[in-house]
Amino acid sequence: MNDKKTYVRPLDISNGRVDMSHGSGGRAMAQLIEEMFLAAFDNEFLRQGDDGASLPPLPTEAGRLVVATDAHVVSPLFFPGGDIGCLAVHGTINDVAVMGARPLYLAASFILEEGFPLADLQRIIASMAAAAKSARVPVVTGDTKVVERGKGDGVFITTTGFGWVPQGVNLSGNRAEAGDAILLSGSIGDHGMAIMSRRENLAFDAPIESDTAALHDLVATMLDSGAKIRCLRDPTRGGLATTLNEIARQSGVGMMLDEAAIPVKPAVDAACEFLGLDPLYVANEGKLVAICAAADADLLLSAMRAHPLGQDTAIIGSVHADPHHFVQMQTRFGGRRNVDWLTGEQLPRIC
Amino acid sequence: MKFVDEFRDGQLAKGLAGAIANSADPARSYHLMEFCGGHTHAISRYGLTDFLPPNVRMVHGPGCPVCVLPIGRIDLAIQLALERGVILCSYGDTLRVPASGGLSLLKAKAGVGARNGDIRMVYSGADALKAARENPAREVVFFAIGFETTTPPTALLIRQAHAEGLKNFSVLCNHVLTPAAITHILESPEVRQYGTVPLDGFIGPAHVSTIIGSRPYEHFAEEYRKPVVIAGFEPLDVMQAILMLVRQLNEDRAEVENEFSRAVTREGNLKAQALVSEVFELRRSFEWRGLGEVPYSALKIRATFAAFDAEQRYGLRYVPVPDNKACECGAILRGVKKPQDCKIFGTVCTPENPMGSCMVSSEGACAAHYTYGRYKDAIPA
Repeated sequence: MNDKKTYVRPLDISNGRVDMSHGSGGRAMAQLIEEMFLAAFDNEFLRQGDDGASLPPLPTEAGRLVVATDAHVVSPLFFPGGDIGCLAVHGTINDVAVMGARPLYLAASFILEEGFPLADLQRIIASMAAAAKSARVPVVTGDTKVVERGKGDGVFITTTGFGWVPQGVNLSGNRAEAGDAILLSGSIGDHGMAIMSRRENLAFDAPIESDTAALHDLVATMLDSGAKIRCLRDPTRGGLATTLNEIARQSGVGMMLDEAAIPVKPAVDAACEFLGLDPLYVANEGKLVAICAAADADLLLSAMRAHPLGQDTAIIGSVHADPHHFVQMQTRFGGRRNVDWLTGEQLPRIC
Repeated sequence: MKFVDEFRDGQLAKGLAGAIANSADPARSYHLMEFCGGHTHAISRYGLTDFLPPNVRMVHGPGCPVCVLPIGRIDLAIQLALERGVILCSYGDTLRVPASGGLSLLKAKAGVGARNGDIRMVYSGADALKAARENPAREVVFFAIGFETTTPPTALLIRQAHAEGLKNFSVLCNHVLTPAAITHILESPEVRQYGTVPLDGFIGPAHVSTIIGSRPYEHFAEEYRKPVVIAGFEPLDVMQAILMLVRQLNEDRAEVENEFSRAVTREGNLKAQALVSEVFELRRSFEWRGLGEVPYSALKIRATFAAFDAEQRYGLRYVPVPDNKACECGAILRGVKKPQDCKIFGTVCTPENPMGSCMVSSEGACAAHYTYGRYKDAIPA
């Protein structure tokens, strides 16, 4: 009988690269999952080692279930203030949170490109695990696939989040009413401009960091305040302007914003200025918009400002009746204009 | 933001608005054309017309480089990308301009049938030069567009490519000239004979004038008796220029005045001018979208640098293509019509699906009005 212990050479994380065998379903894949993913995300559900996670029943106070999924493709993968890993955790937690839900679990799937350095993968996984841990939302199941070189962009991460809504909470983009106040949890454009500042053909030095953050604790504080919140949304792609237009259309209302009240950091403002971009259309990953009854606006404002992720919250405008569902803005200059949907991609102007 | 916010001060705007209202003679009207798309954009983005009395009207001019680019020129670029397999580098704005056959550079990039073009958005022509250095086995063409502001950088690229002896780089030159277009508008029958387009004065270009100076506009003031005020692109610049034009008209003066004196001199940037004339020469005629053929209104690459001229290198033949019949871009670019006068504005033609070029660039009159000013057309419920 051979009782020699099988020796498995550990992954060479500092110099190794993803190869096709890491997606083949064989030992190499098992090793990659064990040494990198399981090691980082370790929790009782993952340790079950089954095809899916078997989760405990929901508490009795749980109301409706919420599920949200988000595919993350970002270039560059690492940017000031974060990376694709923590972004994949925050993005999905936020989608669940703005439904008024308490996020419980995440599922994650990875598409890795052949040749991707294991060291980079390690950094991304570590960042993801740290984000999940600090948010107290574990990654309970996952999947990994490998595509040939040239068929991916390093790594794509899709995360799906589950949560439950406390009974009595009912938030939706179709609930904004004339007279409601519009609150914004902080400065806009930080994430998009942080990414832009590191784009291959456009790198510029600016003290701009992504605002990527998980907003579920802020949301819990807001719900606890007792303010009549109609709707929450995180203005990611397309920026604040697009998010407000979505809500205006869903609710069949118009909005009037006050440009002077919308917080924009000076560095973001300057970077947008010199590229000819409008911060209203630049992505955020750690901000939310809240629509609430006007009478409760101050209550909600002070609740949000008391939370570290909401300390720069501002009331930026109000909802009114408008059959055209226009979002308009009183400009800082004193004029008035439409704030339209984003058209295509925001492109720098020529002249 | 230092040196920017000062020119967007709402309090000063109110003061200027008061001065314009006090100066404007209620017995007459003032039709002022802002030539540049940069001004059109500022007027719309800051809601500037809200500050003006009803008898002071802004007429949007053709100074949007993307808007005046005719379909046939974009067809040439698409042809180079799809049929010649070149790496075509273009400024971002140009990618969405509709070309023939429902195409655009963006669509050609995504693919047409089995082919797709290697079309790359660049922020600067220097990126195109870099692409040529990095891809010695491929041909790289820079699709150069713009008025006098963007011409010197293109000249510099060509000179640089020449100095480096780059064999795989060329420029498809579409650079156009501002004064020729202004003359064309002033000579147009609508303005000269029928008087259907009243034009009392011009807000002169900001960035263009930093290069060419204020001298070229003196001709318009003298010959056509139209006052010109050169203005910066900030909203207070534009308002100050409007006030200066109103005052000139009240006093029956027709002079070139310079509001943008922090950047523009009478002579302009002589170094840039010398560079441009070293590399480029006048074209006998060039088609402008909306204006048609305009004599001596554009530049081509001089014979000395013929190796870098994509038109010669690939033997390109220009084929003019008429605009969509329903599209009023032509009349809008000449100031004859307003965007809202066009039947397809906001219905068939939107920024997502532009039929005409004025709907493409944020500097275009239609896109600016659609994006920023649409609430004004809304019928209250």
